Amino acid sequence: MTIIHMLDGQRLVLALNGDLDLTTAKALTAALDELLGHYPLQQVVLDLGEVGFVDSSGLGVILGRYRRLHSAGRELSLVGVRPAVRTVLEVAGIPSIMPVVDARPQPPVTDSASG
Amino acid sequence: MANMTNHFELRCLSVPENVGLTRLAVAHMAAQAGFSLSELEEIKVAVSEAVSNAVIHGYPGRRDGWILVECQIADGDFLVAVEDWGVGIRDVELARQPAFSSDPERMGLGFVFMESFMHQVTVRSQLRRGTRVEMSRKPGRPEALTQDAQ
Repeated sequence: MTIIHMLDGQRLVLALNGDLDLTTAKALTAALDELLGHYPLQQVVLDLGEVGFVDSSGLGVILGRYRRLHSAGRELSLVGVRPAVRTVLEVAGIPSIMPVVDARPQPPVTDSASG
Repeated sequence: MANMTNHFELRCLSVPENVGLTRLAVAHMAAQAGFSLSELEEIKVAVSEAVSNAVIHGYPGRRDGWILVECQIADGDFLVAVEDWGVGIRDVELARQPAFSSDPERMGLGFVFMESFMHQVTVRSQLRRGTRVEMSRKPGRPEALTQDAQ
């Protein structure tokens, strides 16, 4: 899991790369909390464009950061969300809690069971 | 087992690093059963939840517990079982209820994802004896899911 952080005006953009699961949740939480504390900007954007897998452990990281930011009057949104990740977010009801923006459509690929 | 096409058993320790290992192994066999890419992604989530539960709840604070993942294609059905020999679940029905956990880092949605992404989920558990979660899904039947990808 890697995080690239960018300052865009009054927005802090955090681009994640990797899987969000039990393996990465603890380290990701610590890294995000450090960045959120270091850059106290009003708007925080999590770019999930390079995140191919999220389960409830990963969602716990996102929701935990949302609660932390929300209690401080700050905002969190998700962008670049891939279809498989969108499905997980919807089952958990995340789009009703925070803004979720899908990834741009990818070039068509054959939907076959190739791994 | 009649008409069994394929079967594997994977036994691993209760460490978080094995969550990704097990879901990828199961996804590889699921691909043999003819699931689409979007179906494979959902199966991966269900397996990740079952193995994460075994690591977190089956063996709390331990990295030396055994987890068994069984996977098979049989009679057109795809079956996955995740078993641990940990502390067990006191009230299975309560554990399966969707709820926001008191821990802000946990969502309490593990079984919700398993039930949303698999056609059938069975949980058997005994205190201090362990827990076995059995899940099945047939390829190409997204309408059978309570919630599914578009």
